[in-house]
Parts: sequence; structure tokens; C-alpha cells
Amino acid sequence: MRRPGVGLNQGAKPVTFSFNGRHMMGLEGDTLAAALLANDVHLVGRSFKYHRPRGILTAGSEEPNALVTIGTGGQQDPNVRATQQELYEGLEARSQNCWPSVERDVMALNDLAAPFLGAGFYYKTFMWPAPLWEKLYEPLIRRAAGLGALSGEPDPDRYEKAYAFCDVLVIGAGPAGLMAALTAGRAGADVILAEEDSRMGGRLLAEREEVGGRPGHVWAAEVLAELEAMDNVRLMPRTAVTGAYDHGTYGALERVSHHLPRTHSLKDSHRPRECFWRIVAKHAVLAAGAIERPVAFRNNDRPGIMMAGAVRAYLNRWGVAPGERVTIFANNDQAHRTARDLHDAGVHVAAVIDSRHDAPDGGPFQVIRGAQVCDSAGRQRLESITLRSVRGEEKIQTDCLAMSGGWNPSVHLTCHLNARPVWNREALAFVPSPGAVPGLVAAGACNGTFSTAGALREGAEAATSVLEALGLRPPASDLPDAEDDPYRIAALWAVPGKGRAWLDFQNDVTVKDVRQAAGENFRSVEHMKRYTTQGMATDQGKNSNVAALAVLADVTGRTIAETGTTTFRPPFVPVSIGAMGGGAAGQGFKPQRFLTSHAENEARRAHQLEVGLWYRAAYFPQPGETNWRQSCDREAAMVRKTVGICDVSTLGKIDVQGADAGKFLDFLYTNTMSTLKPGKVRYGLMLREDGFVMDDGTCARLDDHHFLVTTTTAAAGEVMAHMEFVSQVLRPDWDVRFVSVTEQWAQFAVAGPKSRALLNGLLEEEVTGETWPFMGCGAATVQGVRGRLFRISFSGEHAYELAVPARYGESLYRLLLNRAEALEGGPYGMEALNVLRIEKGLITHAEINGTVTAGDLGLQGMMSSKKDFIGKAMAGREGLLADDRMQLVGLKPAGAAKEITAGAHLFAPGDPVERVYDLGHVTSAAFSPALGHPIGLGFLKEGRSRIGETVRMVDHMRGADTLCEVVSPVFYDPEGERARG
Amino acid sequence: MRLTCPLCGARDHREFSYKGAAVQRPGEGADLEAWHAYVNLRENPAGPLQELWFHQMGCGAWLKITRDTVTHEISNVVLASEAGLGGAA
Amino acid sequence: MADLIAKSPCDGLLPVTVGGMKLTEEHPGQMWSIAPFKGQQKALDEALQAAHGMGLPSVNRATGKAGNRALWFGRDMILLIGPEPDRRLADHAALTDQSDAWAVVKLEGERGEDVLARLVPVDLRPQVFKRGHTLRTELKHMMASITRIGAQSFQIMVFRSMARTLVHDLKTAMEAVAARG
Repeated sequence: MRRPGVGLNQGAKPVTFSFNGRHMMGLEGDTLAAALLANDVHLVGRSFKYHRPRGILTAGSEEPNALVTIGTGGQQDPNVRATQQELYEGLEARSQNCWPSVERDVMALNDLAAPFLGAGFYYKTFMWPAPLWEKLYEPLIRRAAGLGALSGEPDPDRYEKAYAFCDVLVIGAGPAGLMAALTAGRAGADVILAEEDSRMGGRLLAEREEVGGRPGHVWAAEVLAELEAMDNVRLMPRTAVTGAYDHGTYGALERVSHHLPRTHSLKDSHRPRECFWRIVAKHAVLAAGAIERPVAFRNNDRPGIMMAGAVRAYLNRWGVAPGERVTIFANNDQAHRTARDLHDAGVHVAAVIDSRHDAPDGGPFQVIRGAQVCDSAGRQRLESITLRSVRGEEKIQTDCLAMSGGWNPSVHLTCHLNARPVWNREALAFVPSPGAVPGLVAAGACNGTFSTAGALREGAEAATSVLEALGLRPPASDLPDAEDDPYRIAALWAVPGKGRAWLDFQNDVTVKDVRQAAGENFRSVEHMKRYTTQGMATDQGKNSNVAALAVLADVTGRTIAETGTTTFRPPFVPVSIGAMGGGAAGQGFKPQRFLTSHAENEARRAHQLEVGLWYRAAYFPQPGETNWRQSCDREAAMVRKTVGICDVSTLGKIDVQGADAGKFLDFLYTNTMSTLKPGKVRYGLMLREDGFVMDDGTCARLDDHHFLVTTTTAAAGEVMAHMEFVSQVLRPDWDVRFVSVTEQWAQFAVAGPKSRALLNGLLEEEVTGETWPFMGCGAATVQGVRGRLFRISFSGEHAYELAVPARYGESLYRLLLNRAEALEGGPYGMEALNVLRIEKGLITHAEINGTVTAGDLGLQGMMSSKKDFIGKAMAGREGLLADDRMQLVGLKPAGAAKEITAGAHLFAPGDPVERVYDLGHVTSAAFSPALGHPIGLGFLKEGRSRIGETVRMVDHMRGADTLCEVVSPVFYDPEGERARG
Repeated sequence: MRLTCPLCGARDHREFSYKGAAVQRPGEGADLEAWHAYVNLRENPAGPLQELWFHQMGCGAWLKITRDTVTHEISNVVLASEAGLGGAA
Repeated sequence: MADLIAKSPCDGLLPVTVGGMKLTEEHPGQMWSIAPFKGQQKALDEALQAAHGMGLPSVNRATGKAGNRALWFGRDMILLIGPEPDRRLADHAALTDQSDAWAVVKLEGERGEDVLARLVPVDLRPQVFKRGHTLRTELKHMMASITRIGAQSFQIMVFRSMARTLVHDLKTAMEAVAARG
């Protein structure tokens, strides 16, 4: 019920919203939870396992119960905390985990089956028969237990990630955080103040304490106004710092537009839902506050049973009294403020039940000392509680119980780099261990200092220490007067008695479950957690973990300090996958690299193939061609017969210069490059230091101190990094400079018997056997544009590669295609390129798979004995030279042409098809139009000596089993006449 | 994690790629044992480790970094070109 | 026969204007990487000064001005933007034509830093990254060079083949920044 004249939202605009289809009114500035309570809605959802009716427990991000679903379709957000969701016009929220309605939920029958559903129930109950687990038990359990669901549709909303930098990150904008930000800001430090709430002020908005002689919230507003005016301070509301990472990096989730109604404007469609921040801070002040913890007693989970601090927040901030006849149950002084505030607001306080015999006299309400609440009653809302004292048990009619078992400092971030918090016996709380996160200082309630004055003081002190480290002069001390009550508390975790007393409300874990876990010897807190699922729900047990381990400590006869905590891991609050991805969906997933030929290829309806980040044409369908093989066969035959054009710009190209360039390349390649004559190209092989082949490519000498190296497309980045490594780390004294020119040049293969005819007339230079002999290179001019022409072949045909500056790539490609078509040629794609090279036994990274040696490839002749090179020593190892290694061979069907498949394994015909008899495998396979049958390349044990033999090829994946003849890997034109001629 | 490149300054680790321990390459004529150690054998200390990082998305420098494998504390960064890891040529 | 037609990397993609921010393609003329040979830093500095009127930029800095600029471009490398390098520089450094290798765009507007903060893991705020500062970093997984060429303008470069992704990513970030109001 809204209390007139109470709360900080006087005069706020009314807002209409709906809950489970029922339309209601709230006020601007309300959370959904505040608005529901104002409308006297207490039953909000059903619990995870037992489908118990649940209401609103807290007023913050720690809320375990009041989870709702907002939105539909791809925009459906499940498990939204009603205590955090801001109200907006037209908000529609729905309960979760209930059917047909939250009031009449069929699965509430689970609650009656509770004796069978305790800790570890599914490990025991559904063990056998095993086949039923996947088919029956798991789907049933998953449907019965659970929280909100996703729609299964793609989320159309935008999410983003962003980086921010500062001197001081202040985490939390309560009294400690505000004071820290003010102190640092006034000194001129570069400050970010991050607060997960929409409104900054923390507990100052929820309490009626005075700060500096005025209401706390007024002081907070003044500080915020001053901070807002500072250029060096950035305020980040709705931003929860989720994790502390190495070297001053913090993760933070900003809820950018969850508080705004959805419209269909373009601007709204561009606004992200959430932004995941990476904040790099030289220093951080943790002022994250504390979370109030419940007391476990029988049926402590009924709607209407709330945290005492939350009741004050609803009353003092939002002007909502969660009940008309309220009781308070506590073990500490602070909770008595709830009674005082309610009473002052005109709400009837039925009783304050304090477990301590020396509890203070609060005011004009009844305080029952040395008593404990031991049970509650009411169907879908609290109707009464039972308390037990020396006088025995008595029942009190009440519609709201405000409970407090004390406060747990929010130490989470201090533990993200492996530190454990320290048990403070006076405060009955875990507090941060100092220095746990380098550069981070804790202040205020998260540090176990619970008074407002203490928080302000520690906030100022933390900022001062940071300023000193930054070399900035702290401003004059300006600590306002504030509440400085001692924190008086006596331990009370669980009220003894029968029945189920809840610890973890979200995962339905009770005191009994923890006892049972201990009884079954899951005594370690980490084991107990996993056996009972305590703290494993979306709230990560923020308000229940400490009580659970206190119960465990009690059962196992250890202290809480000895029992210890479970591990705190990021994120502090749930982070959606969308925010984690931060826009890395669709086109944002990874960069796309396009060739200059791309537009023309698209115009020709080429099928695109993703090769790493590149998009390359796979094949070019012609009218009448219905599958890729037809196109591929035609293109491959075309290259063999006339001339084909293929964009080969993706190959890595590295410009190498300097006095020691030749020496450097000799060290990189197995063969010698320094003896190469200017104007010539040589095939080269690079090894890794372990002696295996790393990459192959060509090396062209443009002039005495200028080389151009090519790499495979796949290894371009790796080879560049390798060259940098060799140059910088291994041979820093050599004078060599190199830079990638892959992107500078558009390079096209012109391959086929008519390639020379195509080029002559296009180039200003005449292309003859003398000017461009096989493996020759030189400058070439195309219509006044200076380019380069290389006579190299990856198809086995008479072929060239023509390179021009990339700006002319598209134009040259079109020109080459026109000329090729005039010669009955045309473009060919990656599929045909692959067929042509397999026919020639030329290798790619299908063969260079990291386990092959030069000898395996039949390239042992390329290993120079006259010089040192990378990998030489290790390549000489016995095992790498052994005769019985698998060697590159060609394979063709023995008898009728059947398919050869890459990935198939090879066996001797009589041997069983078992791993120990495995002789090798197929690496590449294709149908050869030139030969008219399938061919393959593969590695076969002692392969070169088996040429002419028959092997059995088995591919279990594709169901192939056929006999193959072992042949030379060069199927086509073994003498190489066509390329040289 | 942030690494301070001697050229570029402190940068997010996403700009770097990691190679492994910084070990000196054997000189010419070293025996196979030395090569085996260089290529295959690594200390795995819980504590400071000298390692090689490549500032691939930045200036392109190879760095020798001393990092505590337990705390991730970075105690030293130098250009690998000045670290003498090439062995006798 | 018709001359070969030149196309710029962002042909057909730019300009883009979103909420007071403008993204345009730069047509810088020639771009050459200049990598000084061993011990030639000083000689190169003098040769550059003599030939092009600006010194060798130090690490993370640019020298010169629009149309005649030298960027620090990484370890032991600068990028000369504008003129074709004087041939005498080749005595002191490896010269490589990169005129076609990079897409070069200019981002102008009051909130350029906010746009780049969504793409680049480096602090580019004006108090840290001033006019004449340049750096190499990544822009959403792409190797990039970023230079502040004015109080409210950045020059951004990525490999030519990634021009489409660059424009997509910048435009998305511009829209997101503009939509926050």
C-alpha cells in the first residue's frame, strides 16, 4: 500500500503497467517490485523445485524470488529481477515457473513430494534403468524445475561492448562511494562512479538518517550535482561492476534501455539493450555495500516475509508499506529502525521479535526479547507467525514479517583474483582481505563498517590513499556528521525445529539439505554447495551462502572461519550472452575480407567460399549447370584447354629488403634463396624449429636487395609472425626489413595454354619464352599501370600471375575475363583450382598438417646441406628420417571408378580394419576431368616403395570401402612439359 | 590482463599473442640434446616465468616478459630483440 | 583500349552521417612504408627533413600535416602519406609502396571518442590522445592505425580488404552513440 506523504517520489508521474495481464498503476521511479507492493501484489512467482508461492524478499539485485519475464519472442527476457526492473509506461511482466497461473500452479504438487526431492535426489532416484535418464527423467525434471525460459528465437536487439579508462573507479554510490568520488573528484582525479541502481545514493535513499544536518538523500543529491558538474568525473548509473580482473581491468554491465518503453523509431532500434564495459582503472574503491541475510526458520519463504532493510527501502524511498500489520524478527539493532520508520509512517507494528535477551528498547512498539520466529502460516501470503520464547509458543497475526539476520559485506570483487575473505567475529561477517585485488581498497559496509559515519570516513580515506598514490593533493577534509551507531548483533542463522527452513530461496535449498549433505560426508563447503545446489542459481546465493556455511559449520563442529567460503567468481550479477557478445553477431561476428574481384564474381553468381576471413569464388555456374561438380569439371578442363583467370590475391605477400635479406631468407627456408638471380622465382619450403614443415611458397628476387616472398593463404599471418620472431628474437643484428604487401597488390592467375596469347597485347611488354621463362618475373605494364608478372603455375599449365596495385584490381579482372572469354576461356574458382593442383600432386595445408616432414612430401632434396636453417637440427632426428614413415602418394581407384574421399584411412587388403593395421589416410580427393576418374593424395606408410600396390580405402563417416592403386602423386603431365613449354 | 609494451605503453592483452617460455636458441653445432631441450622441455614454475609475447595487433614487437604465473604480476618487459635469445650464430 | 579504372577501398560505402558525426573516405595520395636500415635512423631523419620538410616521427607520434604526413607505423617503421618518397630515402630505409593496401577514413564529430571506445581497447580521450598522436591497435579484431588529426577528428586505417567491415562497425557504433541521446 502506498503511504501518502512518505517516500522520495512525491508528485511522481503515474505509470500504467501490467502483471500477468492485470493492469495496474505505479509511479515513475518505481521498480516493478515497489509498484507491485503498492498494488498489494505479494505473490509474484513460484519456486524452482517445489513450486512454492514466492513474493518479494529484497529491494536489490540480490533478489532470489521475484523473478519475472518481460517481452515476447526474440525479445523475451527471462529471470528479470522485479526489484531492479524500473517501471515504464506499458511494461508487461509475467510470472515464471507456473501453470496455468501463479495462483493455481499444477506443479505445486511437487511440494507434497518434498520428502523425495531433497539434496542429491536425482542422483539417487533416477539412477536406473539408465536408458530412461535421457528419454524420461531428465526432460521431466527439466520441465518441472526451472525458472524463466528463452523463446528460442534470435534476439533482434543490439548489444554493445565498450572500453573506458580512469584513474579511480568507484564501485557503488552509497555514502562511502559518494564520499570517495567527491574526494577524488575535487582533487582533479579522473573518476568513474559506477552504480548498479538507476538512482545513486545507496542506503541513503532507503534510510531516514541525516547526513550533514539534512536528510541523507538530500546530501546525496547535492554531492551528485557537484560530481555531475565536474569534467573529470563520469557517472555511470545502472552499471553493475561484475568482475575484477588482472592489472586494474574491471568488467561492468550497463543496462542501457531496459527502463525505456519500446517504440518503433529508428533511433530506438539502434540503442543497445545493454553495454558490457571493460573499465581500466589505475585504482579502485570498492563501496559495494552489504546484503542483508535472512534467518532460516520453518516456512520462512512465504510471500510477505521480507528483509527488514528492504521494507525500509520500500517505505522510505518508494512510499510503499508492504503490510498493514507488520512484525519484525531480528538479531541486531539496525532492524529496529524498520519498526521505528513504519510506526512513524502510521503503519501498525505488531511486534519486534529479537533473539537477543539484551535487545534495546526501540520506541512505541512491543519488543519481545530472547524470542525466535519458528513458523509461519498463510496460503499465498503471510497470515501469521509463530514465535517461541521462554513463555512457550505463541501465534501473532501479521501480513508482513521484516527479518534480519545481519548483513553480509559485498566482498565478491575482492575475491575474483583468488583471495578469500576473512571472518570477522564481532561483525559476524566475512570482510575483504586487504590487498586482495592490487589497486583496490574497500570502504564502508562492504568492508564491514556499517555506520553511515564510518562509511563516509572510509570512503574519504580510501580516496585519499588513492590520491597520494596518483601524486594528487587530497582536498581539505569535509566529512559531514552522520549516524555513527555501533553494529550490535548476536549470531542467529537457523531457528531449531522441524520442517523445512529455507536458506537458498532461488534453488530451494533448506537447512535440512545442508545437514543431509554433511551427514553423507559432503563436509567441504565446495562439496556441500554442489550436492545441495546451494548458491548455484542466478543469484549465486548472495543472501544465503553465509548462512548455509554457518549451518554446515554447526553440523560438522567447526567454526565458520574453519569452514570457509565457496569461491566467488565473476560475474557479480547475471550478464546476458548478448551483452557478453557485445555486437559480435551477424556481420559484427568477425571481419570479412573481400577481394577486388568480389563485385564481378557476385555479378557472375559465383558461389562464395569462406577461406579464413576471405571470401573467394568457389565456382561459377553456367546456364544449365545444376550442381557444383559440373561447373568445377568445366572450369578445370577449360584451364587445361584454353585459359582461366583466378584471383589469387589472398596468398600472403611479403616484401623483404636490406643488405642481409638473402642471408635471412636462407635461414628461413630449407633451400637457398641468396643465389637466386634477379628476375627469377624459386619454390621454397619453411620448417618449424621442430623440423616439421610449416609452410611452402615462392620467393621472387626483384633486385639485389629486394625479394618478394609468398605464403599460403592459410599461413600468411603465422609466417609473418614467424619472420618477425626470427628477425627480432633470433637474428636481431641482421639488417633486414620486411612488410606485408598482401593488400597492396591484386594478383590474378592467368593459366592455360592460351595464357601467353591473352597477355600479349594486354601488356606493353612482349611476353615470350625469353622475356618470361618458366619461373621468371619482372615488371609489367598494363595500360600505363605498373604491375608485376610472375611465370609460376599452381595448375601445371603454362601460367602466369599478374599483379597490379589493388585500386585497379576490379578493372583488370574484368579485362582479363573479357580477353579470356575471347579465347574460349573464363574464370575458375577454388574448386577447379583444387582439382588442378591435386592432378599435379601440389600440396596445400591439407597435406602440410603439422606432422609431415620434407621427406614425407618427397621434398628431401630441398633441404640444403650447405647452410643452417630453421628446423635443420631437429629435422635430422632419426624418427623424422625413418624409411617407414608415411609418405605422400597418389591414389586412384583399382578397377571400376569409385569415389575417393578425403579423411578415409588406408589398409592392406587382407588386414582387419582396425587402428593397429592403419597404414595411412587420404588428405585430398577430387574427380579429375583430365583423367576421367577420381584421384586422391594421401600419406601411406612406406608409400613410395608401394607404388603399384593395391590398398583398401575405408571411410566409415561416408560409408566408402574401395580398393585403390598406389601411384605417383603427380597424376598429370609428370614431366612438367606443359608448365615449362 | 594488461601488458606494457616498451613502445606502445600499457595495452589490453587482446592485442598480444603468446608464444611460451623465453628460452635461448642453441648455437650452431649444438647437440641434439640441446635442441630437444630448446624445442620440447619447459619449466612449469608457480612463480616468475620469462616468456615471449608478440604485439601482433600493435607495433609488431616481440617482447620478453617476466610474469608471475600465480599472481599474473608483470615484473619486467623488454624488447626481445635486446634479450639475446638467438644463440651463437 | 580503355584505361584501367581505379577504385578506392571504400568506394560506394561512404560517406555516412549519423547524429552530427561524419565518416568519410580519405584519398591520401601515395602511402609508403619506410623502414630504416640498421643504424640509419638519424640519416633517415635528415633525409626526410631535407626531402619532405618533416622529421622522423617518434613512437606514437605523427609529423607533418594533411597531404604531407609521416605516421609512426609500428616497430621500426613509419608511413609517409601524401608524396611519393624521394628516392634518396632508399639509401637509408626500405621503401615499400602501400598506397593501395589500406582503407583510410576520417571520423569527425563531437563524440568520436565515444564511437571509438566501442571498438578500440585504448584510451583515446583528448587529454590522453592529443592532436598529432598516433597508435597501432586493433579495431574490433582488425589491425588498425589511428591518428588524431584534429580536436574532433580521427584518421582510421585498416587493411583494404576489410573496408566493408570497418564501415559497418563504425556506423553501428555511431548509431549506438547517437541513439543514447
